[in-house]
Amino acid sequence: MRFEAFAVLGRGVLGALERLGRAHLLLFAILAGSGEVLRHPRLLFEQIYNVGVLSLLIVGVSGLFVGMVLGLQGYYVLAQFGAAESLGIMVAASLVRELGPVVAALLVAGRAGSALTAEIGLMKATEQLAGLEMMAVDPIRRILAPRFYGGVVAMPLLAAIFSAVGVLGGYFVGVGLLGVDDGAYWNQMQAKVDFQEDIVNGVIKSLVFGVAITWVALFQGYDTVPTSEGVSRSTTRSVVHSALLVLGLDFVLTALMFGG
Amino acid sequence: MGKRHTIEVTVGAFVVLGVVALFFLAMQVSNLSQASSGDGYHLTARFSNIGSLKVRSPVTMAGVRIGRVESIGFDKTRYEALVTMRIDAGIDSIPEDTFANIFTAGLLGEQYIGLEPGGSPDFLRDGDEIANTQSALLLEQMIGQFLFKKAGESG
Repeated sequence: MRFEAFAVLGRGVLGALERLGRAHLLLFAILAGSGEVLRHPRLLFEQIYNVGVLSLLIVGVSGLFVGMVLGLQGYYVLAQFGAAESLGIMVAASLVRELGPVVAALLVAGRAGSALTAEIGLMKATEQLAGLEMMAVDPIRRILAPRFYGGVVAMPLLAAIFSAVGVLGGYFVGVGLLGVDDGAYWNQMQAKVDFQEDIVNGVIKSLVFGVAITWVALFQGYDTVPTSEGVSRSTTRSVVHSALLVLGLDFVLTALMFGG
Repeated sequence: MGKRHTIEVTVGAFVVLGVVALFFLAMQVSNLSQASSGDGYHLTARFSNIGSLKVRSPVTMAGVRIGRVESIGFDKTRYEALVTMRIDAGIDSIPEDTFANIFTAGLLGEQYIGLEPGGSPDFLRDGDEIANTQSALLLEQMIGQFLFKKAGESG
């Protein structure tokens, strides 16, 4: 009784470690079940559709507006130093390095990650997963693995679309509305944005985020308490955890990639 | 069958769109389109001070970029910087007595190597060294010399 505070702390830590362990076991099981995805590519296509195509509109529109805001704000600051011609570098570098992968990942976590959790959670709550097992179909191979790879494939493509649309949005505001020189916008950008350093690193970032988001979403759904309240909680937790994970991973990746 | 087909078509379009976006980023936004294709030949030059010259800095002649700095080393016996540059393969007629300067683009811009052709009929070949070099002008040194001269005049 006297050590109640420690007991609460200990219970919390043990519970978290246990969940972490279960999450890793699930990830290994999914990776072990990768063969099923190759044998039935149609399952994968359906999930790329669910995660990628259905997120396309929100990612595209957000990218356009983020690029336009970057164009406006960047212009106001750079014009004070007489360096408005550098607008292209600022817009492209911040989109390709940070905003593209991170914001697209946050949008996907909200748009597709939550849907994945709710779907898997409901399948578990309505005992569809148990039903599949009864029919000797492994739900991890058949249901989870295609969703995992669908998210991992779709994420870098969505991030690239976000960045590309954002650069065009910045071009529209900077060159079209504010009168930055057309040639300066592109050639300053090309002179300073490096393919290896910026673009490839951005793609690696979004791949990592894709793994993180779909992993969290699938685990929260698979590990849900099979009640309607449990599913709703898991869905919330899926979005919160994947958003925090994306931001935390982004810091680590940025420090590793651009620190040296 | 119809729904399946629609999904396949939209997924295909989505993947194409993503790849196009990546291609756009690679070719239009980054410097990949300007990167040399890897062929070309190497020249070296020693400078007593390279300022803030970096690997991948441009090498120009008459203001046109004809190559890039590939590596920067230190010659510990002569206490000089050893700069290796890769010159584009098409530019194979650089005279032997060419002068290599380190210039600065703008007052605070990045530094680059500017080559000024000499009049020799013999051309530099792969691995040759440019003998005539002029170090980077350091702003601090120039300001120091200027102040020193001013002080000398007034005193």
